[in-house]
Amino acid sequence: MAFGAFQSSAPPGAPVASAQVQRKSPVALWLLLPGVLYLVLFFVTPLFSLVITSFEEPVPGGFMGEFQTGFRWENYVEVVSTYFSHIGRSFLYASLATIFALLLGYPIAYVIGVKLRRYPLAQALSLVLLIAPFFISFLLRTLAWKQIFSDEGFVVATLKTFQLIPSDAYLTGTPFSVVFGLTYMFLPFMALPIYTTLEKLDLRFVEAGGDLYANPFTVFRKITFPLSLPGVISGTLLTFIPATGDYINASRDFLGATDTAMMGNVIEANFLVLQNFPAAAALSLILMASILVLVTIYTRRSGTDELL
Amino acid sequence: MRGLGKYLLWVYAGLVMMFLLIPIVYTIVFSFNDSRRTNIVWRGFTFDNWLTVCNAQDVCSAFGNSVLIAGVSTVLATAMGTAIAIALVRYRFRFRQATTLLLFLPMATPEVVLGAGLAAQFLQIGAQKGLVTIIIAHTMFCISFVVVTVRARVAVLDPALEEAGRDLYGSPFQVFWRVTFPLLLPGITAAALLSFALSFDDFIITNFNAGPEMTFPRFVYTAAARGIPAEANVIASAVFFAAIALVLVSQVRAALKRRRLAIS
Amino acid sequence: MGSESSAKQFAEAGADLSLVGVSKRFPGFTAIDDLTLKVPAGSFFALLGPSGCGKTTTLRLVAGLEEPTEGKILIGEKDVTDTKAYQRPVNTVFQSYALFPHMTIFENVLFGLKRRKIRDADKLATDALALVELAHVAHRKPAQLSGGQQQRVALARAVVNRPALLLLDEPLGALDLKLRRQMQLELKDIQSEVGLTFLHVTHDQEEAMTMADTVAVMNEGRIEQMGAPEELYESPKTVFVATFLGQSNLFVGTVSGSGSEVITVSASGNELRVPVERAVAHRGEVTVGIRPEKVSLHVTKPTLTASQTMIGPGHVTDASFSGVSTQYLVEVPGLGEITVFAQNMSRGDHARLGDEVYLSWDIEHAFGLADAPPPSARFVSDTDTASVAVQEREKLEAELGEF
Repeated sequence: MAFGAFQSSAPPGAPVASAQVQRKSPVALWLLLPGVLYLVLFFVTPLFSLVITSFEEPVPGGFMGEFQTGFRWENYVEVVSTYFSHIGRSFLYASLATIFALLLGYPIAYVIGVKLRRYPLAQALSLVLLIAPFFISFLLRTLAWKQIFSDEGFVVATLKTFQLIPSDAYLTGTPFSVVFGLTYMFLPFMALPIYTTLEKLDLRFVEAGGDLYANPFTVFRKITFPLSLPGVISGTLLTFIPATGDYINASRDFLGATDTAMMGNVIEANFLVLQNFPAAAALSLILMASILVLVTIYTRRSGTDELL
Repeated sequence: MRGLGKYLLWVYAGLVMMFLLIPIVYTIVFSFNDSRRTNIVWRGFTFDNWLTVCNAQDVCSAFGNSVLIAGVSTVLATAMGTAIAIALVRYRFRFRQATTLLLFLPMATPEVVLGAGLAAQFLQIGAQKGLVTIIIAHTMFCISFVVVTVRARVAVLDPALEEAGRDLYGSPFQVFWRVTFPLLLPGITAAALLSFALSFDDFIITNFNAGPEMTFPRFVYTAAARGIPAEANVIASAVFFAAIALVLVSQVRAALKRRRLAIS
Repeated sequence: MGSESSAKQFAEAGADLSLVGVSKRFPGFTAIDDLTLKVPAGSFFALLGPSGCGKTTTLRLVAGLEEPTEGKILIGEKDVTDTKAYQRPVNTVFQSYALFPHMTIFENVLFGLKRRKIRDADKLATDALALVELAHVAHRKPAQLSGGQQQRVALARAVVNRPALLLLDEPLGALDLKLRRQMQLELKDIQSEVGLTFLHVTHDQEEAMTMADTVAVMNEGRIEQMGAPEELYESPKTVFVATFLGQSNLFVGTVSGSGSEVITVSASGNELRVPVERAVAHRGEVTVGIRPEKVSLHVTKPTLTASQTMIGPGHVTDASFSGVSTQYLVEVPGLGEITVFAQNMSRGDHARLGDEVYLSWDIEHAFGLADAPPPSARFVSDTDTASVAVQEREKLEAELGEF
């Protein structure tokens, strides 16, 4: 995502915004109409299309890929029983990736957002480096890891030399590489929202904690982390949601193998290759529903309502 | 003990930063690889790939498609998104909650679902998949991001400025064009760049909704099985350098402007 | 089309402003309730009141930035209620100045002229900047100017359009005292020089009284009293006006006698007299007021003339010397604590803490009000930032105190 999206400061010299008095006017309708209509047409309706498709039944005696409207709810049952492990794997890998991203992303967000405040040039530079990955195709980045971890690559060779892994082991095509790839891909998505909240953190709270006899660890636990919670929540959602549906990392051509396939791979295969549209649609809806449920539980418990 | 702990955080952060940059460096370095058809093993340093980038199989046409699609989607998404952002901040209207939800959901939906949904819809109405369907798809998911970005900017725009414009005999259009728009321009530009980047790099949604045409990410994906030519690395690296340059230039300009205003 | 063309020309001179039965309701509260007001052409009119009284809303209604829920607004006999801001011959100097940050000072001042396609706009803009002595910064951006300079640019930008009516929304609030005094004089000069009608909104009573020809005191969406500054000060008609403008000592009592010239009010055993024409009500429960500076302090019981009233004895509970005057608080049994401002006419002539004193004043300085002062709150709510900070710190201490 571009740099500007995360800049929260007002331009220099601008007057402080007075209270927003919102007007009621027909102009609002004209401003909203194009975008809202567009989204209804190309976001809401496709979801309905998915629902309809998921209940379709094969045309008797028809070709592969020919379906007719019906109410074949068995589609859902079949899909869950066939791809149960894929569904579980998606959530497992996504959860692991989110946890690792948090462990890696929080410290770096802290260093840039808090520790580097005194050095604005270094802070700006570090921020550019943090978002730099977005400027190179994520496919190529994932491939880079594949090649780095490949059997001929120096990482595997070194590990084998030091006998850290058995001589017939491989790193690519394993759950390790898939989770690694997912963590890497979504790390900036986790770090940036945390950075924006930490950047605004009033350090006087931290000082007050220290002044009141709390050691640094307690200050972090009781003051810093709770105050950065909104950013942590955004980061977690921005990481977990796309990760569950990702299929690049788990794809055979990248960091995965057939036994690490996630829901995304299965949906893609069913839709584009097997032309089993109802199965693909059913799976997509199951994925979407589970995410909505999890997100609602998560945000209810953590208490954020400002989603946008 | 205290001293050690002090540096631990910095070292850790440094390592994470390196972790982030490794694939980037790898990709750039391998753009200079004297490769043949595949680009897996390092054979030697060469500028050839950079000089003859469009000789390779269709990389440039894929790149051109990506730029075209990103350009059109950006224009559409930025226009519609900016309008919504202004409406959200400045006006009172009913169904505000529903609108906000509608804008948020595309960002929260996994790309597979978005892609499959649109593809299912195109299938049902019998539309031919091609550049147009890709553009439609990209515009759709970019709108929400534009709204979020521009909205932040509109929120800090002092409403008194627009009121002053009206007070000084500006018609609604004149106030928008001479006061609102110039002041929102940095936010709109940021939103447009974000939208362009998202569209250019998109693969999953594109894959579901594309016809025979190739976009750059699609090219990379389909080439991954047999080996990606170094020219792809060249294009990716070129885009990277251009983007970094853009960011650095804008930061430098902003810093110079701050200094100029402070001095005089 | 008529209102548009009036905006297109310069006003010949200031115009009358009339608000007739204007109300403005927002979801949840009423900002202005049935307001009727007339500002004569060419005058300097001040709307004075505490924050939230509706004065800024009134200004915005006149400017056209809001629409009234009820009522009519007339500028120079023309009904402008349904016109938009850009169609009215009215300009505003905003509280935050609202200078366009992306334009130079010169472009800012030109803005209104350009929109109306006035000829020789450049020359008029230059003249306006010369009027406020800022011609030398015309090429700079607002962010490069000081607060005082920005304020003057905002004024030039409004005045250059020669509006029939100039609205000022607390324009001097952000300036320091010296600069504020300077601007007050400048504004007055510009107004008489150019001959515009000024409507000035402020919460600063000193500003209103020094600059305005007519002051209207607003409270909770209504005008409590309107008139020349001196009239409002010396003859307030409501408790709010008596306490908002300067200070007043107030005594609640019942009318015990009324003659042709004077009414007598019995308050806690004291007989206070008020001239008939200075009393709003002549019957029933009445509040008598006297300004602290009109009260004389006597150490011994004074002999009174027929036109004086005396209360006491009381004793001094506080005496603060402040150079020009000494402020006394005198506790008089039955009447409470009375404030007295005694000008320090000679050295050493001060009453001390605990002294027994008598208070007297000329009857013609007293005034009679129809309403009574509200009972004072027993507990002041603890919502200001300092106390909230203390509360939050206490919470934090409690949490960290576990360790």
